[in-house]
Amino acid sequence: MGEFKVHRVRFFDYMPTAIRAMAFNAHTERLALARMDGSVEIFNFTDHYFQEKVIPGKDSRSIESLCWVGGRLFSAGLNGEIAEYDLENLRPKYSLEAYGGPIWTIISNTQGTQLAIGCEDGTVKLFEVLEEHIQFERNLDRQKGRIISLSWHPSGTHIAAGMMDMIRVFDVPTGHAVQRLLVDRGFGGSKSRETVVWSVAFLSDHTVVSGDSAGKVQVWDGHTGTLVKTHLVTKWDVLALSVSKDESSVVAGTSEGTVIQFQFIAPTLHQQQDKEWVRTRTFKNHTHDVRALAEIETAIVSGGMDTHLVVRPLLEKFDEKSHASGLRKIHFPHVIANNINLSCAKKAGLLLFQFPGQLELWRLGDSDEHGKPGDRLPLKRKPEKLLLLKRKGEDHICCSALSSCGGWLAYSTVSSVRIYRLQTDNNNISITKVSKLPKALHSAHQLCFSSDSSKMFAASSQSSVLVIALTQSECKYVHTLKPKSGSRQPIHLMTTSGDGKWLAAANSDCEIHVYNLQKLKLHCIVPVYGSCPSAMGIHPTTNNMTVVHADQQVNTMPSPHIKQYTDWSRKLQKQGLHNVWLDRDTPVTHVTFNSKNPNQVVLHDMHMFCIIDQSLPLPDQKTQFYNQMTLRSLSEQERPSHLHAFKICKTFQDLLCVSLLDDQSLVVVERPLLAITSQLPAPVRQKKFAT
Amino acid sequence: MATLFEGFTLCGLVQTSSASDSAIQGIELDGDSDHAVVTDSTRAVTLYKVSDQKPLGSWTVKQGQLLTCPAVFNFQTKEYVVVSDNKVIRVWKEEDLNLDKAFKATVSADVWRVHSAPGGELVVLFQRGAVRLLDSLLSAPQQPIEGILSEKEVIRWSTNIVAEKQHFVLFTTEQRGEHFLYVQRLNPNTLQKYRLEREDSGASPLSFSASLRDKHINLLYLYPNGCVYQSVVAVRGPVGLEGVQALPRSLRLRLPVGEGELGAASAVALDEAHVAVVGMPHPSARTGKDFLCIWNTNFQTLQAEILRIVWCYLGKLFVPHGKALSVIPYECQKSSLASALGKLRHPGIAVSKSSVAIPSWNTLLHGDQPQGPTKIVDTRKSVLTVVHLQPLQTGPVEEVRREVEALVSRGDAQDLQLSVGRLACQLVARSQVETAFYAPGALARLVQTQCLCHSMCPDLLLLALEHKDYFLCQLCLQLFPDIPEVVTCACLKTFIGNEVLQTPYSDNLLVPHLKDLNAPQVILFLQYLQFIYLKYSQDVYTQTPVLRSPTMTQIIDWVCLLLDAHFTVLVMAPDAKGLLSNLQSFVKSQVKLFSELGKIEGSLQELHKMKPSKDISQYSIEVIELF
Repeated sequence: MGEFKVHRVRFFDYMPTAIRAMAFNAHTERLALARMDGSVEIFNFTDHYFQEKVIPGKDSRSIESLCWVGGRLFSAGLNGEIAEYDLENLRPKYSLEAYGGPIWTIISNTQGTQLAIGCEDGTVKLFEVLEEHIQFERNLDRQKGRIISLSWHPSGTHIAAGMMDMIRVFDVPTGHAVQRLLVDRGFGGSKSRETVVWSVAFLSDHTVVSGDSAGKVQVWDGHTGTLVKTHLVTKWDVLALSVSKDESSVVAGTSEGTVIQFQFIAPTLHQQQDKEWVRTRTFKNHTHDVRALAEIETAIVSGGMDTHLVVRPLLEKFDEKSHASGLRKIHFPHVIANNINLSCAKKAGLLLFQFPGQLELWRLGDSDEHGKPGDRLPLKRKPEKLLLLKRKGEDHICCSALSSCGGWLAYSTVSSVRIYRLQTDNNNISITKVSKLPKALHSAHQLCFSSDSSKMFAASSQSSVLVIALTQSECKYVHTLKPKSGSRQPIHLMTTSGDGKWLAAANSDCEIHVYNLQKLKLHCIVPVYGSCPSAMGIHPTTNNMTVVHADQQVNTMPSPHIKQYTDWSRKLQKQGLHNVWLDRDTPVTHVTFNSKNPNQVVLHDMHMFCIIDQSLPLPDQKTQFYNQMTLRSLSEQERPSHLHAFKICKTFQDLLCVSLLDDQSLVVVERPLLAITSQLPAPVRQKKFAT
Repeated sequence: MATLFEGFTLCGLVQTSSASDSAIQGIELDGDSDHAVVTDSTRAVTLYKVSDQKPLGSWTVKQGQLLTCPAVFNFQTKEYVVVSDNKVIRVWKEEDLNLDKAFKATVSADVWRVHSAPGGELVVLFQRGAVRLLDSLLSAPQQPIEGILSEKEVIRWSTNIVAEKQHFVLFTTEQRGEHFLYVQRLNPNTLQKYRLEREDSGASPLSFSASLRDKHINLLYLYPNGCVYQSVVAVRGPVGLEGVQALPRSLRLRLPVGEGELGAASAVALDEAHVAVVGMPHPSARTGKDFLCIWNTNFQTLQAEILRIVWCYLGKLFVPHGKALSVIPYECQKSSLASALGKLRHPGIAVSKSSVAIPSWNTLLHGDQPQGPTKIVDTRKSVLTVVHLQPLQTGPVEEVRREVEALVSRGDAQDLQLSVGRLACQLVARSQVETAFYAPGALARLVQTQCLCHSMCPDLLLLALEHKDYFLCQLCLQLFPDIPEVVTCACLKTFIGNEVLQTPYSDNLLVPHLKDLNAPQVILFLQYLQFIYLKYSQDVYTQTPVLRSPTMTQIIDWVCLLLDAHFTVLVMAPDAKGLLSNLQSFVKSQVKLFSELGKIEGSLQELHKMKPSKDISQYSIEVIELF
């Protein structure tokens, strides 16, 4: 295959923010996750935990709690507001001041007719859920001290509220507090400190389970208000609780980073009737506070201060080892890696890094030297940060783009789009904001430039794409490309062909529309595949399109009849992908091409990059899939008989971007997890040997 | 580490007319490892049982006949073969009494040697270079024998080697001052001729020795100037290459021969790291004395030495010496720096000084220039012309000291090492001859240059001991990295000091010598060790590293060694009782401490395993290859 010069970039200091809250919608199997910066992410658990949507954060927004009502998502936070999200346009639909001070928690009843929030001022406020809105209904009896946590009894008649040093049970119809459960303080020095009941769970049999800052998980009888059982599980806080759907299991997340499972079982084999809550398993997949937790059908989902989302399958729920039974750690959610953070100008050797609050433009270094494989070349020119562009306003940047010539830069927030003209001569760079933008262009989910930089495309609402013509002096609205399907889902991927004739756009409904840019109309819809596209690209010379899906399937379509698959793709579908390929647990996030060789496609996920050479035979299940080491050890003559189409390099890890520049050198952007970990605060407890 | 054990005389030898000629033609093995077949230079072949030093059988040819080749044993037929009067091959068995009645056959050309090796057939090498298997030769004795060698080319040395079922006959020839190596492979027969590099002096090699190692034949040859070279010929060498190939060589060892040249000498490779050399004269000895020494070529250190040609079989060296044939068993341990130099007791000091204290023959000889040997000859001459040797040989002590002082202060480091070694040897040699002459100041000055080591001048320390010059002894103990254990013990008997404890040694070699100490000496020494141990343990943490103070481990090691060597004696001695019980309680506490440490060993090892993370730079351009 040959040698490649690789620009190994590690200076993108992207720092994901901590996970604060999550809510799982069992009906749609979507997980909503809120981070400290106010952003909300939606993961599709039916499609390989694919992160299909991101609602960008906002400076003033802080989310303490999330709650699904049917397909609607609500949040509440310490800014005292309740917000509902528009999941089609990826922005808050509206927000409402609750007038109770900071809000600690939001829940809904099982019927989905009411919302309850717990406020700093000691009130539990009920809201009625209406078609397009929510409306304040009433307060329950006001208490002294803040309401930290809430749980609604499945029947809807009672609400348990976790407070300082106590738990209150309210009768919802009357609004009166009917039980007061006193929670003990911690021992020793912490005796003087109030115990915070961080989380409560109200079960059908009127059992209340609580987790508190003294490290206890306690089981109470909600009828009588008596303590049934205390489990001291940690020296620090129990921060989160989650109950399984059948109420046979409760999981608790602690500050130590552990998740502890309790199960409602008989402690001895003889007395199967006398069940009690027994501590069973401990999972340790986090280094820091576990602040959000959800026990779903087959797995425990957890997240916290250490920023990654962990899906820990419950192995007893699986009959055999399968893709779903493996532990998943989602470090770089797909959209962050794929679209949001990076753009790479292939001609100019520029990298655009997107942070929520700013953009950074870097020029890659250079070296005249040549070396043999494994060498690190001396640098003639170091990489250079050309530009730091801070965003305006409170809204975080949701997407950005750099034209391949490096002359145009654009970014969008939920409220505005900005386009800049970049001019570089030698070492000087000048940036000019394009002042007059078309009115239609007010916000974009995705931005991309045509390869000749004459046009910009902005993904807008209802899967439509705005076409903007760019000239030196102005930028002009040309047309809105609309899909025929009538999908209302946002576009999450967009790519153009090298000859400027085609534009492909993929949305969360798994549809890929191909538009003819000369005729400015829809050309075709790519055959719909059951899994969401995670990356796609159009070959610059042949115009063949390659799409990789969340389930790791690779499909290629010939141009211009993009309605069908290429022969290679059909052969691949017939033979099936290698199990090793299918078992990878991170999605492919970029597809690029070798312009000199139409057979070669470059793909990458977090742990490897792969050059697919379509001229070589496909590997069958018996073939050694990762065969680079073997090939290296073989002689020149023996090698050809061992080659297969998937050439995989695992030298680089924690990859955010791999791209092939026009001079055939690779750019590899790594964000080592260790670097992220090192920026986290010290964990409350570190594992010591033999403890 | 190589050790020469005490030798013994196998048999007396008939003195030949010339001193340089050996009375022995050759020594060969027979089927028994304890047997040696000795062929003398005239008419007799004698079979000896080596360990009993007694002859098992002897065969002679008639008067007027002469044995012209050493007798060899045919391992396949259990017969002996010898050649008399160049053309008559005789074959007999051990039970045959009379050689004249044994089988004989006359061949058509003069035989040079018959060679035998276990696992190979007997091979006859003719003087003109032809090679025949003995069996095929005897089936038609009068077959014509071709001449391989050109006129005036004569065989100097030959041997045979069996390797990987391949049989080789190697022989070297000389023609008009040039030397060639012939490698004859048998079945199929191929002959390869190599030219040896000429030594600058034009001298002929004094001895050759060949051995098989790692599928290569190593040829070791020694020149009168002390250079021992090694050349390597591959067993599976280039077959069918025509003409004469040049044979590259590498310098394995350069013997300190002083100004003179070796008269007669022989070098044998014992194993990959050790070379035994016999010859005369020895640099530090008076002229006329011969020597046997084993050198470690990896580290260029003298390993063992006795002043006394040589055959080497199965861990024994056979050396005809004077009127006797001596057998000297030897042992070579695996070569390592530690074993070559003994335990380096004070690692810090050792490392910092070793570069100076142990003169490396390579730096000495080659300097920085690869064309070393010629250069060295020049330097040596320049130093020698500067130093007036006359006063050193005859002048009074004071004058000698002045001369030495002058030399040491003016010489540069390169020259110094060579000349200091030679000066020391000369001074010591003179002191040994003139009992009245002893130049402590001059010798001390020479030792202080740190250019000397024990290997260079082995008699210096003994001389100092003899003269009770403790200052010089201490200096030597401090600065020499390679003092043999026996000498260390000799010092110990005369005085106890910090310096003795710090000399490097190897345990298994020291213990036998420690046994020479008597009980009062041992008790005194142990008391001294205990005293310094207690003194140190009181302030082990506050202890500032005093120059020349032994470390705790050195003290403990010596206590252990002393107890090992003399335990039975000490148990019986009443004065040692208190001392022993003190030591026992100390050991108890140590064992307890170590068992506690053992418990946390796992954790400590984990600490070691924590690898420092690779240097991660923010940006780099790397080259990768995909297949």
